[in-house]
Amino acid sequence: MHGRPRKAPKPEDEAASAAKAQKLRALQTQFFSFHHDQIYTKEAVELSAKLLEINPESYTAWNYRKLAVEHYLSQPECDPDSVKSVLDDELKVVESALRQNFKSYGAWHHRKWVLSKGHSSINHELRLLDKFQKADSRNFHAWNYRRFVAELMNRSEQDELKYTEDMIYTNFSNYSAWHNRSVLLSALLEKKAEGFLLKENVLPEEYEFIHQAIFTDPDDQSGWFYNLWLLDQTVTTDSPLLVSTWPTCGSDVLIMGDGCQNGSFSPFTTLLSDSGSFPIILYFNQPVEGVNSSTVTIECGFDKNGYLHWEPLSVSNSQAAQVWVAHLKFPTPELDSSVEVRVGHSKGIISTRGFQYCHPSTFSFNVHVQHVERDSFQVSVAESILWREENFKIYRAQSEESIPIASFDQLCIKNGHESTASNWRTEALAKEIECFRELLSLMDCKIGKLTLARLLMAYDAMSFPFATKLVHSEEVLELYNDLMKLDPTHHRYYKDEHSLVLLQKMTSSKESLLQHCFQYKDSVSSVIGNLICLRLNNLSLSRIGAFEKLLWVQMLDLSHNELQSIEGLEAMQLLSWLGLGNNKLGSVTALEPLRKLKSLRVLDISYNQIGDHSIDTTRYLCSSPLSHSVGSELNKDETAIIDAALVNYLEAFYMLKDLNLNQLDIVGNTIADETFKSALVKIMPTLKRLDGKVLD
Amino acid sequence: MEDIPPYPPIDPTTFDLIVIGTGLPESIIAAAASTASKSVLHLDPNPFYGSHFSSLPLADLPSFLSTHSTSPSPPRPRSSEGSNEFSVLDLSTRPLYSSIDISVFSPDLLDQNSRKFNLDVAGPRAFFCADKSIELILNTGANQYMEFKSIDATFVGDNKGNLLNVPDSRAAIFKDKSLGLMEKNQLMMFFKLVQGHMAGEQDVKISDEDLQSPFVDFLNKMGLPPKIKSFILYAIAMADYDQEDTGVCRDLLKTKDGIDQLALYNASIGRFQNASGALLYPIYGQGELSQAFCRRAAVKGCIYVLRMPVTELLVDKDSGCYKGVRLASGQDIFSQKLILDPTFKVTLPSGLSPPPPLQAKLPFFSQKDDRGRIARGICITMTSLKPDMSNFLVVYPPRSLFPEQATSIRLLQIASNLAVCPLGMFVLYISALCNDDDQGKKLIHAVMNTLLTVPPINSESNAAVQSETAESGCAVQDENAESSSTGPSDPGEGKPTLLWSALYNQELTLGQVDFICSTPMPDGKLNHDDLIDAAIKLFKKIYPEDEFFPQTSSENPEDDGDGDDDVSLET
Repeated sequence: MHGRPRKAPKPEDEAASAAKAQKLRALQTQFFSFHHDQIYTKEAVELSAKLLEINPESYTAWNYRKLAVEHYLSQPECDPDSVKSVLDDELKVVESALRQNFKSYGAWHHRKWVLSKGHSSINHELRLLDKFQKADSRNFHAWNYRRFVAELMNRSEQDELKYTEDMIYTNFSNYSAWHNRSVLLSALLEKKAEGFLLKENVLPEEYEFIHQAIFTDPDDQSGWFYNLWLLDQTVTTDSPLLVSTWPTCGSDVLIMGDGCQNGSFSPFTTLLSDSGSFPIILYFNQPVEGVNSSTVTIECGFDKNGYLHWEPLSVSNSQAAQVWVAHLKFPTPELDSSVEVRVGHSKGIISTRGFQYCHPSTFSFNVHVQHVERDSFQVSVAESILWREENFKIYRAQSEESIPIASFDQLCIKNGHESTASNWRTEALAKEIECFRELLSLMDCKIGKLTLARLLMAYDAMSFPFATKLVHSEEVLELYNDLMKLDPTHHRYYKDEHSLVLLQKMTSSKESLLQHCFQYKDSVSSVIGNLICLRLNNLSLSRIGAFEKLLWVQMLDLSHNELQSIEGLEAMQLLSWLGLGNNKLGSVTALEPLRKLKSLRVLDISYNQIGDHSIDTTRYLCSSPLSHSVGSELNKDETAIIDAALVNYLEAFYMLKDLNLNQLDIVGNTIADETFKSALVKIMPTLKRLDGKVLD
Repeated sequence: MEDIPPYPPIDPTTFDLIVIGTGLPESIIAAAASTASKSVLHLDPNPFYGSHFSSLPLADLPSFLSTHSTSPSPPRPRSSEGSNEFSVLDLSTRPLYSSIDISVFSPDLLDQNSRKFNLDVAGPRAFFCADKSIELILNTGANQYMEFKSIDATFVGDNKGNLLNVPDSRAAIFKDKSLGLMEKNQLMMFFKLVQGHMAGEQDVKISDEDLQSPFVDFLNKMGLPPKIKSFILYAIAMADYDQEDTGVCRDLLKTKDGIDQLALYNASIGRFQNASGALLYPIYGQGELSQAFCRRAAVKGCIYVLRMPVTELLVDKDSGCYKGVRLASGQDIFSQKLILDPTFKVTLPSGLSPPPPLQAKLPFFSQKDDRGRIARGICITMTSLKPDMSNFLVVYPPRSLFPEQATSIRLLQIASNLAVCPLGMFVLYISALCNDDDQGKKLIHAVMNTLLTVPPINSESNAAVQSETAESGCAVQDENAESSSTGPSDPGEGKPTLLWSALYNQELTLGQVDFICSTPMPDGKLNHDDLIDAAIKLFKKIYPEDEFFPQTSSENPEDDGDGDDDVSLET
């Protein structure tokens, strides 16, 4: 069934298929006329059977037969015996169609339809399936149908598991069988069936089992896929966890203040805001739904009603997101108050897989609002930012400064139960790591290296839940470097993973993070002088991550990397200054996450590849504004601005128009010619500087 | 044989070829010659097909063996003298079996069922699904006359009676419980190397230097652990001699040959849909194979006469060239060519001088194989050696049973579902190459003692055993009836109890072409491929112009089409 080369048809075959087509056309014409006239006589029904025997893909014919059966069943003279015989006839037609092509969706579907009428013998179905699954053990239609039949006849999962195991023993290169095993095990674990009470007892046996397949034939992918499922089962905790927040627990936040004049506040927690509110950000370990003012409550001196509108930060517009944000308004220009946020004390936060958030946690912080003259604020954010090397000075931390990452573990979400429960997970991972190290000592195996890299990262993340130390990151980076050389076809994927690990490593400790913290100082600016710029430039990053540790960043330099996407950047709600110059961003739609960054004022996307390619490939990765339901559309006036020659760039205007920028650098992109730029100036009224030139 | 029923005289009296003996090589040659439109007369002194390759009822086996273990009684008075043109040469039999030891522990039980047995004289034997024999059976249409069943598994045995599963395929390696993960990986990598090499993949090509080196050196070079090495050498490549002891090894396997064997094994697994393993066994026993070729020959016009001893050869007085044979019925039949069963010895009747060209060649009998002899054993039990499994092969690699064991011993258990024995019984065939009778006995006994409970009966002479066991027969029977109902629960060690055994030593001979041709005796291999090669070689020698079973498109018009490229397999 598999691995058979396709042969060129012989002349006589072609003649035969032409004759078949002729016959088929005649049948079809006749059939359509019966169907059209709703004729359900014996003759007409038999004709459809003949048609389906030759061409099981004829959906219309299957539907016609359904209508014919319904028609017959509605007749007054119809008794139970004849119902059964009519339905049995249907099963026979399906069977002969399946003999012709047993991957016919229509035929399998029709069979399900007949079976769900409940008049047919199910035992016969199992026998038939045995036959089909013997002929082609991987046919997923048959496996799907098997699950349907097993459910219909209430066959126990244990019996099906045994059957699946036998199929695996016959030939373990069987994705369908492994998949069925994962489905059955999930069901048994969920039911807490006898012998399947605890994951920690079931999974080690499964690891043992899959190792037999992987070690016997590491080149066979089916085993690795099952292994990946097991790894996922081991690593993912069922209930979602809150992994980081902004402001962090116990922090002092200075808002709108003139930071450089007040030495007692850390530049890490000084925020410039011109909107009379500040964001509260919740970062979970997996996408969740149901974050709202009843599941997350706040208590503070200045907002008595405690109502907050929580917004999911996801570009896909779904109701589930890993990051949620709410904006807390402060009523007076000057304020000193403490805020307490309580997450998950009432039920309602649910992971996309349906698990409740069950680690209620509380964090509190102090807010100090200082008044700054509106005018001077306006000026200060409008000041030109030059992403020049000499403008950055490495930041020297003052003695006991609280860097947000240092306070991650202050989140009260760890408790005794969770840590004992994950012992078996750590053990399982340690065993797996040992096992695959051994395999790799024997042979060079790409997927083995990839699995080891994943295992090591999972192990690090698990043994240090709030990652203050990543013991294996060097080894993992080395593995990805190897993989890039070994398997150039998937270079981009490995590069992305490499970048993510690198970022996790850099953000994993205070010391390593501080090496990337700089103070921006140029000859003229004053207000932002005490702010920290996180510089992750020149690291050849192709992807960015570790956002949970970067929520505090307001000024970020990602220039001189190899970024093609900035997916996930929407989590960094505090960003006001963003440097993305000299990367590989290929289209304006790649900037989609920026639309969620309401405080962004200064953006550098110079020297990228926007406009290089006529086809925007990111469109398939993240949804384009054209397919958006939200987001403003260009109004008539705006359309008028856009030159006919720029019609191809409509998307770019949609995207950039919504960004509230004061300063934009776009030079060095194919798209950025003079006509484009002059249209851009008109469509972005807030813009004060474009490519370094002050606008009128 | 004393009272040969009167036969009508054979007509015609002249043939292209006369073949005496219906063993496998003779039957193949008869079928091939008939297919090449030769007129063939195929004779056998026995009342059954197969000669030394036959499958016989229990009672007939001892007599067959003993007939061929002694020199015949002095030649009977000649029926007639040679004519003016011919000299007459005596055709007598020569001893091929020695040290025959039949032990009967349960006479009643077996007597009742004697006809239900089909015991292979040349066991243990099996087919690889992809070997030459199966190809030949398919090409010649002999598959129409045979049915096969798959042998369930291969095991490697040790001196404690354990049977270790041989991980001989990807699925078997995956399933195996005794191999470690690393061993699984190494073994599968080695299999892949062989597959890649056979498929001609450039990057996995095994170098010529390696191919010419001993296989065992190559396995060492690949870093395979001893256990896996032993599996590959003896249970998959089926090496006969200890490959790691050059002192005793008379047949050092080269890497090339080892790889070929592995490739054959690999191609055999999964070749036929109903066959789970690499090996097949014919229903009703190995004797069916010779018979199938005889039938094939008969379809092409070969004339068969069984129970027809041939007493003399007729040779040209002057040239010494073969002319014909004189049958026990007294009739003289002439032919161009003659093929003789290895049983026969050609001598000059006393007091006569041979034609000059034959002087140096007489007496004529087929040459001994320098591999010496083969010890064979047949055991009958009521319980399987392995519960829940009927038909399987067990290999005891050299030195696995005792330190001096220089050759591997193979054991094939066949159950009643292959129609070789009554329901509920099992036949065990054992064989090993040996230098002499004592060594052979020691090898066979080593296996029997490891696996079976041998009732304490002295088997000095058959008569004594039979009479001694006559009284205790009932008891034995009861015990076995009990044990068969409660599964393998022999009191004591739980080993199956021996009901009957036949141990014998067989001479190995080679095929030969001289003024007459002679075929080889059954060899020491598990399958028939070497014998088929020998038959082809003989055929080519006598008929260099003719093709050996030419491929024809529609050999059997009545054939239903899909039987052509498949053997009939019972599931």
